[in-house]
Amino acid sequence: MEEKRKPEWGVVLSRAAGVLVIVAGILFAAGLCAASPHPDNPVPSIFEPHSTPADSIVQLSRFVLSITALIFLVVATLLTYVVVKFRNKPGDARHEPAQVYGSTQIELAWTVIPILIVVVLFLATARVIHAIQDAPKPASAVEVTAIGHQFWWEFRYPALGVVTANELHVPVSDPANPAPTFLRLLSADTDHSFWVPQLAGKTDLISNHPNEMWIDPYRTGLFLGQCAQYCGTQHAKMLLRVSVDRPEDFDAWVRAQKQTANQDEKEVAGRHVFESTACVNCHAVGGTAANGRFGPDLTHLMSRSTIAAGAADNTAENLRLWIQKPDAIKPGSLMPAMQLGDSDLDALVRYLQTLR
Amino acid sequence: MSSDALAVPVVGAAGRPWVETLHEWVTTVDHKRLGVMYMVYSLIFLVIGGIEATIMRIQLMRPHNDFVSPQVFNRMFTMHGTTMIFFVAMPVLFGFANYLVPLMIGARDMAFPRLNAFSFWLTAFGGFLLYFSFVGGSGLYGAGSAPDVGWWAYAPLTSRAFSPGHSTDYWTIALLVSGFGSIGTAINIIATILSMRCPGMKLGRMPLLAWMYLVMSGMVILAISPLTAAQIMLLVDRYLGGHFFDTQAGGSATLWMHFFWIFGHPEVYVLVIPAFAFVSEIIPVFSRKPIFGYPVMVGATICIGFVSLSVWAHHMFTIGMNSYANSFFALTTMAIGVPTGIKIFNWLGTMWGGKIQFKTPMLFCIGFLFQFLIAGLTGIMLSAAPFNWQLSGSYFVVAHFHYVIVGGILFALFAAFYYWYPKITGRMLNESLGKLHFWLFLIGFHMTFDVMHIPGILGMPRRIYTYEPSRGWDTLNLIVTIGTFIQGIAVLVFVANLIFSYFKGPRAGNDPWDAWTLEWSVSSPPPDYNFASIPTVASRRPLWDRKHLEDPDSRYE
Repeated sequence: MEEKRKPEWGVVLSRAAGVLVIVAGILFAAGLCAASPHPDNPVPSIFEPHSTPADSIVQLSRFVLSITALIFLVVATLLTYVVVKFRNKPGDARHEPAQVYGSTQIELAWTVIPILIVVVLFLATARVIHAIQDAPKPASAVEVTAIGHQFWWEFRYPALGVVTANELHVPVSDPANPAPTFLRLLSADTDHSFWVPQLAGKTDLISNHPNEMWIDPYRTGLFLGQCAQYCGTQHAKMLLRVSVDRPEDFDAWVRAQKQTANQDEKEVAGRHVFESTACVNCHAVGGTAANGRFGPDLTHLMSRSTIAAGAADNTAENLRLWIQKPDAIKPGSLMPAMQLGDSDLDALVRYLQTLR
Repeated sequence: MSSDALAVPVVGAAGRPWVETLHEWVTTVDHKRLGVMYMVYSLIFLVIGGIEATIMRIQLMRPHNDFVSPQVFNRMFTMHGTTMIFFVAMPVLFGFANYLVPLMIGARDMAFPRLNAFSFWLTAFGGFLLYFSFVGGSGLYGAGSAPDVGWWAYAPLTSRAFSPGHSTDYWTIALLVSGFGSIGTAINIIATILSMRCPGMKLGRMPLLAWMYLVMSGMVILAISPLTAAQIMLLVDRYLGGHFFDTQAGGSATLWMHFFWIFGHPEVYVLVIPAFAFVSEIIPVFSRKPIFGYPVMVGATICIGFVSLSVWAHHMFTIGMNSYANSFFALTTMAIGVPTGIKIFNWLGTMWGGKIQFKTPMLFCIGFLFQFLIAGLTGIMLSAAPFNWQLSGSYFVVAHFHYVIVGGILFALFAAFYYWYPKITGRMLNESLGKLHFWLFLIGFHMTFDVMHIPGILGMPRRIYTYEPSRGWDTLNLIVTIGTFIQGIAVLVFVANLIFSYFKGPRAGNDPWDAWTLEWSVSSPPPDYNFASIPTVASRRPLWDRKHLEDPDSRYE
């Protein structure tokens, strides 16, 4: 009985393993297909660069990937060969194989070759590090100060006098007439990291440790990213949108942002709610008494397409929900629930919607 | 001698009150019992850490899932990381060191048996303290909560402004306490290896396992000390008004990063060198050949030990170091690939021309070789600093280091369990269950961690409790989660095998694998005193010499 049952077990096991391998393979292939970027879905893949730093990284990574792929092929082939060729054949168990203790020549060979590979890889890497990090800042550069907050982004353009949040606008950079954007990275609280994969690698925003990075996107459009350094409860919903505009669109955007807040006399009730509650402690509206800086500047709130650092679309319903119950959109964010009555809430939302 | 103070261990013997058995285990200073306690302790935490991982994977199974809140998710990844590194990997490796090192060098116990027990209980206490935070984390303020600052706990998130309550303190003190335990054990291992070897066992004749644990222990002392110092500085900041990491008062957040990673990177090698040690013992036995290039293996290990002390800032390529610093750390990180590559080639050289027996321990070793190769190659990618600016902090990195820790270290650990379980318990583990465990775990592992690289490349950062549906990450995350469950089932098969075989497994005898190192010369389990008379050795493979009197190794050394 014992004799018979054992091989059956083995067969069942190997068949189960085989089925599982096939299932895993199918799922893996399905995953790869599903991951292929959909034209209208902006997948922030690092292998679709639209800016010089991201592009030189892709070139370096192709080089590194081909060398590592080669090493993998060689070593994995050796491993497979060894496992297949030198398996113990049944009936051959009595004799031990030849006892070999080592070989200096072979050891030397597999020491020197990797050293050469390392030298080559290092030189290629150092070149790209230098090219990206030590790039000179041209006079035409747009300067932006990005400040990380729990859990949103503040963008200030000191030379242009513009302050905005979460949605960075930069001009497209024509290689013939470059207009790169240089970012000075600060943090108001914990560590954050600015990462828009298609434009550049990430750089951290660290309190008391200013950093710099630059991008020169050569295609207009919307590029997505998000905070890449754990910064607290709502790290996940600290999303980042970069809008790359044509030069004339960028100039128009700057002109609009420089205006003080639109004061619509019809919404004076909502404005009164805003200015007489805790809103003003954290939020600023240019040209009014509201000058708080803990939260995003709301002077041109309606020029942004999302609220709560990209967590929700900027619609009247979402604004209302966000003021009334922020946890419904972004639990753990530092925006407090404002405890307003329905009429005040409606007035406030109507007022906010005039801030264009 | 410690054996005088102890009764003969008859585990589960009929007629003895269980309190007496318990008392024996709690008060023991026997290296084998402490080793077993380390292993059981870390297996319990392995299951706990695995449950935490599963909770995270269920949450990330689809976008905008609300299985757990962001607060709970953040606690889960903090506890998962801290648990797996400090209360699974470190203790289980120390457990094997405790059990094996004296037996393999022909000693009757560790050099300092009482320090050994003290170190174990410190480590154990650290783990309990960390988990007590679930009850006491918020102190008087309300319900308990676990730490949620991430396992590397970057400043200033750990300051009292951002981490009120006591959960961060539990984390700090748990690591402080278990860190002292680790340092104690490391000193003990070094002392044991340097001064307790049996006659004839020169340094150059030690089993590679002893060599590697010697290097590992030296690194533990060098790596844990800065971590301990940093924990004390953090406590000073939090309770005595210090400003080491308080950026609002001129402190430095990057100072903590340097302190943490000068611990954190050598730590990776602290964990992986024992894995190398297991593989270096197991591959020769199942290939029926001695290790290829013993002196080179020793040299490569020492080289890794030194170089690994100069690579820490590759965890910090994104913090804005200048181009020279970035280039330096890229170079040192790439350089460490050379001795690591040499090791892989030497293991292949050992198998080359052998007669490989595919018993469960060997299967896990081959899995280790394959996965460690890939982990090393993704490591090379990450060492290219500009590539790292894209990959660091993304799921690519998460996949990479799980490839090292699960695909490398855990596979080697499973191999070690299958290989030495007969010595420890006197029973063989069930071979069919072992193979089922291997294949299930292999499939689950590759489903999870191969696929996990891709969302990182597509821009998915780590440590996010949810994500937007439009990013192309959904299906990939679902596959990763399914793989996690397969791994979970495989681990349950393993645990079932451990328990089942303890009672029903066939008797192992002294030397079930026809192996060559000293631990196989004594009974299974070994007597309290290990060796009735201290052996004398004349080569690296004393049991080979005894079995092949006509052609002993000693003739060639």
